[in-house]
Amino acid sequence: MSKKELAGEQISEKEEMKKRRPPVQKGVVPRVIKTVFKFYPVRTVLVLIGIIFSAAVSSVPAVFMQKIIAIIETAWQSGDWDSVSKDVFSTVLTLGILYALSLAAAVAFNLIMATVTQGTLMKLREKLFNNMQKLPIKYFDTHNHGDIMSIYTNDIDALRQMISQSIPQLLVTLIVVITVLSIMINSSIWLTLVVLMGTAVMLFLTAKIGGGSAKFFVKQQKAIGKEEGYIEEIMNGQKVVKVFCHEEECKEAFDRLNDQLYEDSRRANAYSNILGPILNNMGNILYVVVALVGGLFLLSDTPNLSISGAAFSISIVVPFLNMTKQFAGNIGQVSFQINSVVMGIAGAQRIFELMDQKPEADEGYVTLVNAKEENGVISECEERTGMWAWKHPHEDGSVTYTKLTGDVRLSDVDFGYDENKTVLHNVTIYAEPGQKVAFVGATGAGKTTITNLINRFYDIADGKIRYDGININKIKKDDLRRSLGIVLQDTNLFTGTVMDNIRYGKLDASDEECIKAAKLAGADDFITRLPEGYNTQLAGNGANLSQGQRQLLAIARAAVADPPVMILDEATSSIDTRTEAIVQRGMDALMKGRTVFVIAHRLSTVKNSDVIMVLEQGRIIERGSHDKLIEEKGQYYRLYTGAFELE
Amino acid sequence: MIKTLLKSVREYKSTSILTPIFVSIEVIMECLIPFVIAELINEIQAGCEFKVIAGYGGVLVVMAIVSLTFGALAGRTCATASCGFAKNLRKDIFYKVQGFSFENIDRFSTSSLVTRLTTDVTNVQMAFMMMIRMAVRCPFMLIFSFTMAFVMGGRMAWIFVVLLPLMGFGLFLIIKKAMPLFKSVFKKYDNLNESIQENIKGMRVVKSFVREKYEQEKFAFAASDVCKDFTKAEKILAFNGPLMQFCLYSVMLFVLSFGSYTVISSTGIDLQVGQLSALLTYSFQILNSLMMVSMIFVMMTMSAESARRIVEVVSEESTLSSPENAVYEVKDGSIDFDNVSFRYSAKSEKPALSDIDLHIRSGETIGIIGGTGSSKSSLIQLISRLYDVSEGEVRVGGIDVRDYDLETLRNQVAVVLQKNVLFSGTIKENLRWGNKEATDEEMIEACKIACADEFISGFPDGYDTYIEQGGTNVSGGQKQRLCIARALLKKPKILILDDSTSAVDTKTDAMIRSGFKKFMPDTTKIIIAQRTSSVQDADRIVILDGGKINAVGTHEELLRSSEIYKEVYTSQNKADSEEVG
Repeated sequence: MSKKELAGEQISEKEEMKKRRPPVQKGVVPRVIKTVFKFYPVRTVLVLIGIIFSAAVSSVPAVFMQKIIAIIETAWQSGDWDSVSKDVFSTVLTLGILYALSLAAAVAFNLIMATVTQGTLMKLREKLFNNMQKLPIKYFDTHNHGDIMSIYTNDIDALRQMISQSIPQLLVTLIVVITVLSIMINSSIWLTLVVLMGTAVMLFLTAKIGGGSAKFFVKQQKAIGKEEGYIEEIMNGQKVVKVFCHEEECKEAFDRLNDQLYEDSRRANAYSNILGPILNNMGNILYVVVALVGGLFLLSDTPNLSISGAAFSISIVVPFLNMTKQFAGNIGQVSFQINSVVMGIAGAQRIFELMDQKPEADEGYVTLVNAKEENGVISECEERTGMWAWKHPHEDGSVTYTKLTGDVRLSDVDFGYDENKTVLHNVTIYAEPGQKVAFVGATGAGKTTITNLINRFYDIADGKIRYDGININKIKKDDLRRSLGIVLQDTNLFTGTVMDNIRYGKLDASDEECIKAAKLAGADDFITRLPEGYNTQLAGNGANLSQGQRQLLAIARAAVADPPVMILDEATSSIDTRTEAIVQRGMDALMKGRTVFVIAHRLSTVKNSDVIMVLEQGRIIERGSHDKLIEEKGQYYRLYTGAFELE
Repeated sequence: MIKTLLKSVREYKSTSILTPIFVSIEVIMECLIPFVIAELINEIQAGCEFKVIAGYGGVLVVMAIVSLTFGALAGRTCATASCGFAKNLRKDIFYKVQGFSFENIDRFSTSSLVTRLTTDVTNVQMAFMMMIRMAVRCPFMLIFSFTMAFVMGGRMAWIFVVLLPLMGFGLFLIIKKAMPLFKSVFKKYDNLNESIQENIKGMRVVKSFVREKYEQEKFAFAASDVCKDFTKAEKILAFNGPLMQFCLYSVMLFVLSFGSYTVISSTGIDLQVGQLSALLTYSFQILNSLMMVSMIFVMMTMSAESARRIVEVVSEESTLSSPENAVYEVKDGSIDFDNVSFRYSAKSEKPALSDIDLHIRSGETIGIIGGTGSSKSSLIQLISRLYDVSEGEVRVGGIDVRDYDLETLRNQVAVVLQKNVLFSGTIKENLRWGNKEATDEEMIEACKIACADEFISGFPDGYDTYIEQGGTNVSGGQKQRLCIARALLKKPKILILDDSTSAVDTKTDAMIRSGFKKFMPDTTKIIIAQRTSSVQDADRIVILDGGKINAVGTHEELLRSSEIYKEVYTSQNKADSEEVG
């Protein structure tokens, strides 16, 4: 194991504990209940009434049993059934009516509960998702995607468990415990004390064993994480494993992790498996103890201490024994629910955290509209004219229109993802309408950062960016982004047909428009060779396509949007140079007279740009056309002649 | 299917068998306890001496302790058996995948294999745990409580004969209606989660196309669909609890009324108060076990899908294996393709390669050029038998590749794959993939040829620098050079580079190639490249187009004769020739 890993382990252990057990904020449970209540006020109240009623009913049989046994006691030796039958039947009838009501309540609240639980989860999911759409890109850049995803899966599941099972169960337990306890006190305080003492022992054991189990569950979780990490790494590189005949070594390494996981999970499970029998039998022993003490009292004629004032008799002891069992059973239930409550709270906390994230702020008021020009006057219109204008309302109520030309100017822009670490220094760029502007530089030089600023994924720290003379902070973000077509190096496709994916660029595009765009992007050729052409279903981010094919689709998607300004960020990096040339011709035709920003590693991609900016550590160190830069014999020249490698 | 799965129990057979035995003892005790308690109550009622009560108490405590001990033992053995079973399952799947051929690997996506190794195994483990613990406990409890009820209650126990089928039928109906609903909704739920994942990953695309609203609508539609189905299924399940309560309540009412009648009218001969209370306990146990049985049934059915997916991997036969009487020596680095055609699956319409006839001498350097999708990678993957040809024959060192021992062949034919990966670990650890016993000198030498030594020495930790998973802390060019060095350590007779220097600058690229020439002249080198400069000085260049050989020749010959080559060359070198010369 390397040094780094060792050092990392110590830190990560603490961090992991922190992550798994975030400081329990107060008010999470109330907030969950409040949320549920807000979604379904009437139904929640109904459910509550139903739960309370049926829980209360389920603890009353003891009372009725007491009555019946008392009746039996008076009559059994004489065998005179007729004299007591009336009493027996009326008691049973009362109980029967209570039961019927409780059953009806149970059915009703279970049905309503299904709606409340699922409805709440749906609304929560929707709220989460809708809020997530509004979050700034920064959130996604700084949070692990797997973590965000687990809020939707694990945490929502944990919350479901809590809403639909733990909370009602705990409520039921609470009510049963209270009613049973009061009935118990009512019949005998001495015996109640015995039961309470036993309960204390049970709770103590639960805490002890539960603690051990929790410790190993945390360990198990860690072991799972490690093993899953390894599995993922090896499965991803499985072909390399084969090429190097490295199968045996992988098996060995896997076995080590797998054995560790086995060891930890065995212990964790052993602890939690043992808890059940222990609590169960503690209940039995408690039962015996109560029977013994009760018997002793009966025989010794100890005066009973109770609210009801009834003397010790078999009709007190027998139902008491049943109550003891019920009481112990409920205490056991609580201990089983503890785990899921803790998980539910942690889940709810993470859900609320995502829900409370501040959405991307947008103070822009300048909007993008379709426009037409008549006699030099620009006016707004409904239909798509191929001409766009910025609609700029002023404080005095007047509105001016500025034609969108794609003139982008960055003046003295400074920026850092982290406030203390500036990654762009004094960047000034003039991109005139119709120009093709290229960025070249090593990884981390700030190429992509510049495009992140133009479309306001991030906001600049200092300086100004003007778009057609308008400060981009004044432009509504949606409209700003609508005016920029962006194709990224890592293409993301969505589940759906090839056609759906192209149409993502313009939702109302006809099939013809999509095919035209695909042809322009040089994608038509391979699409038509797919088993079902444009109707081929893509899944898993287009896993069945090559990286190059995915890039071609992404370009087609941007082309169908037909944007006034286009940003191509390493958009053709996986496409062979011959196909790239075809794509470029298509794109040049599409973007004629419009502004294009190109970022590329491969110099042949940027060679025919109007201006090439060479970036180094956040600064523009050279600018000019290809020919000019070659003449200058600077960094670009060295790159081009292969004397220098981009990293 | 179950038989295949159970093969993975192996060394945990004893604990798997012990668990149900322990559980049985626990259950017997649990069922006897109410019986003894009933006796105790009767004694108390009859006004016995304290000695008798203490005696019963002693017996009961011992029984509870026995039950506790065996319960705890069962808990332990069950944990060992089920975790061990899961361990073996994971091991079997992982080992199986290690034996997969490329064709097998293509058939299962990476993520689906990971799911099978994780979630699916966990599901099956849960089912197994249920099976050895609960599946014995519940029926046993059911039968035993049932018998005890008859022993204690006599005629009264007939109420169970009436109620049990009623409840069983009710449960059956509920499960039968709910199961298909759950199955379909789980699939929908998975899809919903997948679409969330897609959305998160593609957030930049969503935002740059301003599709937030569209995504929200799409999601709301899918989410409410899932919710509707879930609610429907859960509403059916909602009858579960009340059904159980109904039966329990019926027993209660019956026992209380008819029971008290029997006690009184027979003056305690047919039935005593103690039995009355015990009957209630048994009725609870009986109904509870029945409920559990139904839950186990549901669990098992739900995990059947996971089991099926695991078996699918475990029973997948590798499509490639070493032959009997395999050849263990590769004579030289000559390669012959005789009328080779190849398709990835028997079903695919167009072959990936057809009519390939190519003969490469040992020690020759061959360049391969072709557009995206011209099957360059497919061609070279046949050489180290990563796939088998569909027709024709590929020979290495004069012998059909299918006659070699796979490990021998792959050690002599080193391929640097296009989609290459480094693994988390130090640089040295990564290099040793090529040769476990490589000395430091050998590694440095390989890295020098691959032009990697320079940047490695520049790292503070040198060759002990830790590479993050996926090699994210080195640049693309550095990664490629490390991958080449790793392959060089094999000291192969044939070295294949599949577009392995695309991120390396042209000068370093040239240096690597001249290194090959100088230090490994006898090794056959095959270089797939996008850049013509990478293949320009090869002995021969092969132009692939649409899975066929379009032309073969030297750089000069092809410049004259091949349209494709000329086009590629000029598109890349227009300015070069003028400026640099």
